[in-house]
Amino acid sequence: MGLSPPEAAGLNPPPPAPGPQSLRDLFFAFNRLSMQGFGGVLPVAQRVLVEQLGWMDRAGFVQLMSLGQVLPGPNIVNMAVIYGDRCMGWRGSLAALSGLMLAPLAIVLVLAWIMRLGGTSAHLSGALRGMAVVSAGLIISIAIKSWPTLRRNVMGMPMCIAIAGTVVALVGVLRLPLAYVLLSLGPIAWGIARWKLRP
Amino acid sequence: MEAVARALVDLMSGTQALSWADLSQLFVHFALLSFLAIGGAITTVPDMHRLVVGEWGWLNDAQFSGSVALAQAAPGPNVLFVAVIAFNAGGLPGAAAALTGTLLPTTLLSLGAARWGEQRRDTLGLQAFIQGMAPVTIGMLASTGWVLTEPSRSEWMCLPLVGATVWLMVRTRISPLWMIGAGALIGLMGWI
Repeated sequence: MGLSPPEAAGLNPPPPAPGPQSLRDLFFAFNRLSMQGFGGVLPVAQRVLVEQLGWMDRAGFVQLMSLGQVLPGPNIVNMAVIYGDRCMGWRGSLAALSGLMLAPLAIVLVLAWIMRLGGTSAHLSGALRGMAVVSAGLIISIAIKSWPTLRRNVMGMPMCIAIAGTVVALVGVLRLPLAYVLLSLGPIAWGIARWKLRP
Repeated sequence: MEAVARALVDLMSGTQALSWADLSQLFVHFALLSFLAIGGAITTVPDMHRLVVGEWGWLNDAQFSGSVALAQAAPGPNVLFVAVIAFNAGGLPGAAAALTGTLLPTTLLSLGAARWGEQRRDTLGLQAFIQGMAPVTIGMLASTGWVLTEPSRSEWMCLPLVGATVWLMVRTRISPLWMIGAGALIGLMGWI
């Protein structure tokens, strides 16, 4: 990575706070990050949950993301449901999930309805394309911000670089389906980590 | 008045007025597809295209990709594209069937799996999962971002814009909303 870690820029996240105090807290936190999530919620989720609220640290966020990614279904939905459950049981899940989904669902359906009545234009599709490019950059930035957490990884930095690099080569360059790569490389990575952790 | 009434009726159907049989077909197929959505909802787009455009013929190509683009650009999780596709095909009933089909079974499964894992948090097997998956997840994120730039990569503005976004996100606390706004503006001007 050419960029120096974010710590150097004095952007250390706040120390972990106690987390949400009520179902309301959970609902509004997920509502807030979802409503800011144009072209994908993950980058904003990282910013809000780690950097603004301090409910988890960077490594905790990567762990939650790994779970969300490995389990079937939309990643951010899995993350909301799992985090909500961890904090406050099934009610917490429901609060986080509805915070995440309800308002954006209403907005996107109203937009779809308006577009159906009014049709589309070249300007609009240009704007959509521009937003897609920025959201790609936002997603890459979470990868870069999460990178320093690998320094404490039991597999060691060279192995982490090899694994992450293989994923980028297979998915980013060769364009293999994410699911295949996850199902083949995941168990290998698990095996290596399990070997390093042996008592 | 009549126009308003017509617009409201329009909410309950899309290109089709879906029957109960259509709705349950939608629910079941999208539920099955959601189990394949390992690594992100967006990976199911090709399969949904095959069903909704190819097999059922409810939307044409342009309507389908327009639905996905709209959901990508609007706030909220990417999975909302499922609701938009089904809304355009079959109105609010379609959106409800498709979204519950996509979310309900996988959410319950994830909840169960996470609880199971939480109880075994200190076991070596689970610790190995946490440690082993971290570089895989980070590699996936980088690749997903790269793949998303594909449609615009031939435009000269594309990579500088990605670079600027990454730099601002890593080095400043500026809200991502500003960058999305800038991206929309650049696209609107036809520069990308």
